[in-house]
Amino acid sequence: MDLTWSPAEQEFRREARSWLEANVPSPALPSGDTREGFAAHLEWERTLHRAGWSVVSWPREFGGRDATLWQWLIFEEEYYRAGGPQRVSQNGIFLLAPALFRFGTPEQQARILPRMAAAEDTWAQGWSEPGAGSDLASIRSSAIYDEQSHGWRLNGQKTWTTRGAFCTHLFGLFRTDPLAKRHHGLTYFLLPLDAPGVTVRGFPRLDGDEGFADVFLDDVLVPASDVLGGVGQGWPVAMATTGSERGLTLRSPGRYLHAATRLLELARTAPDGPGPYRDRVVQSWIEAQAYQLFTLGQVTDIAEGRPTGAESSLNKLFWSELDIRLHETALELLGPEAEAEGPWSKGYQFALSGPVYAGTNEIQRNIVAERLLGLPKG
Amino acid sequence: MRFAVTGDNAALAAAVAGLLAKEAGPELIRAAWPGGAPERVDAVWRLLAGVGVPALLVPEPAGGLGLDENALTPLLTAFGRSGLPAPVAETVAVGAPLLAAAGSPWLGRLLTGEALLTVGRSGPAPVPFAARADLLLLRQGGQLRLYERGEAALEPVPSVDGSRALARVTARPGGGVLLAEGPAALGAARQRGVLGTCALLLGLGERMLELTVHHVKERQQFGVPVGSFQAVKHALADVLLALRFAAPAVLAAGWAQAAGEPDAALRTSMAKVLASDAARLAARSAIQCHGATGCTTEYELHLYAKRAWALAADWGGPAHHRQLIARELGLTEAGKVCLTRRQQPTPRWSATGRAVRWRWSP
Repeated sequence: MDLTWSPAEQEFRREARSWLEANVPSPALPSGDTREGFAAHLEWERTLHRAGWSVVSWPREFGGRDATLWQWLIFEEEYYRAGGPQRVSQNGIFLLAPALFRFGTPEQQARILPRMAAAEDTWAQGWSEPGAGSDLASIRSSAIYDEQSHGWRLNGQKTWTTRGAFCTHLFGLFRTDPLAKRHHGLTYFLLPLDAPGVTVRGFPRLDGDEGFADVFLDDVLVPASDVLGGVGQGWPVAMATTGSERGLTLRSPGRYLHAATRLLELARTAPDGPGPYRDRVVQSWIEAQAYQLFTLGQVTDIAEGRPTGAESSLNKLFWSELDIRLHETALELLGPEAEAEGPWSKGYQFALSGPVYAGTNEIQRNIVAERLLGLPKG
Repeated sequence: MRFAVTGDNAALAAAVAGLLAKEAGPELIRAAWPGGAPERVDAVWRLLAGVGVPALLVPEPAGGLGLDENALTPLLTAFGRSGLPAPVAETVAVGAPLLAAAGSPWLGRLLTGEALLTVGRSGPAPVPFAARADLLLLRQGGQLRLYERGEAALEPVPSVDGSRALARVTARPGGGVLLAEGPAALGAARQRGVLGTCALLLGLGERMLELTVHHVKERQQFGVPVGSFQAVKHALADVLLALRFAAPAVLAAGWAQAAGEPDAALRTSMAKVLASDAARLAARSAIQCHGATGCTTEYELHLYAKRAWALAADWGGPAHHRQLIARELGLTEAGKVCLTRRQQPTPRWSATGRAVRWRWSP
């Protein structure tokens, strides 16, 4: 057992820190969930890419630097510590990319990954539909094979698509076998959002930013080469990604360690001090440390070949609920000022979506109970 | 970086867990309750001493196993699961290494399990196992002094967990034998005591969760197992969540102590907060999900729940340790601001009265 970083890892940290300190934009960029903010964030993503920091854990041939999971954790810590902008490329690089690495053909990987790393293409996730949220397997959007065009005709509606109004591409699940039930007969497609027949309508999230979109598909032709992982294999391919979405690749401990540090600063500088909220501040700080330690154990398991599986649901429950408690405490400390728009009030409104996106926490608790504790399905 | 119990330490804990599973069931815990036969527990404790349990942290030249706090966590988690009513943390984590360091003539009998030791203070607060212990390691000011049973007056105190053998201890100041003194020695001993207690709490929590999972799979109401209801599932998922996030904090505290890290005290307090809260949640949810069965003493659950309540409060409860952490983090008690960080107060309002956008990213 050793909780210290190797000289090589410390060197990696120094390199990341000095680059980030010199390059993270100041003042902070406008919200990446608005049109002009998104454009500013794309510029930042390209700056990251030119310096080789956009996708550190990817192979070099696709724009990464072959970083280990440990180095990735270090990079994330440094990124948040430096106040780095939100990653608008997140859904591509953290959710689609793991599926592409595992299920993509060499042609797909070569065509898609380098452009994703460079933020030339930005990817939105097209899973949820008006009738399919937590119950993802009830997807009704369809794809029918068109012999003449050697491609698939996609129809239906995706919704709550994060940054869908600004992204260039969509990865999504569509029903290719109308007779198959539930999670059978689904296929994972990759498509450009400027394809004929696609209509995108942005709409505001809880905080008022246009961070969501409806994506309407009307006979959109997608070539067979843009199926990921085989026709009818959509569910297993998507589930391989949900592990990433719920677990540590989407929300690294660095994010919460930094938030806890900001909360401490707020408590120390609040006009009346932490007062009756002191224990809550301490508790949030403890929980951020606990999330980091849990993750270090998980990465050890992964590094030594012990799969984590349904444990990603534990990660998701923990970070999403920690995030809310942390923001609630910050708003208490702010007192009357909490009503004014600011980073904490905005952060709070986003934190509230944490227990919803990537599978609601109700579903995660079912998964924990059924798969980790072995309780019967109800 | 490698954050997992080493193979050797895991193997040792597994071997002892096997022994405990065979020798120490709920009947043995009941034997330590008033009117029982505590000598049965003593016999099992001597058996465990035979495989070196109290000698875990004692250096090899002194007849010990020469292991460190990294081994303490998995081993005492196994003891927590068993509910063995013995002063395990007091002996393994605190007493034995101190007796060894002081060259105490009692060390031999402590390591064979013939002598029972506990740790506490002279005064009104009841000391666990004091009513049964041969040796009392008492803190007086900046000293830890070792008293033999006859050297202190004992007043037994009825306890919620009947196996704790509580007693108020009155001992003559400056009596007994000086075993350790100074903030460094006492601080390290206390941290090990807290760590051992955290590990016991984790084990108790795991045991209660296991019993409850078993129960809700078997128990049928409305024609189905009650474990198929979401309300029950979610309660037990929360218990697992709390335990699984407390465990790495306890392991890390042990590592920090073994490595002599400067933040060992902070990590240890953090572990105690998480382990205490997790075990209390486990007890509460276990009783709830057992229905009326959980509200009796005929079923074994109460034995573990009552131990968890006792240990959650022992060696400083969560509120106490949060207070210690608050001080370490520069958060003062009564709403006063720590001055060290005030050089650059954050601007709150611009001239127009609108909130200034602070540097922030989601």
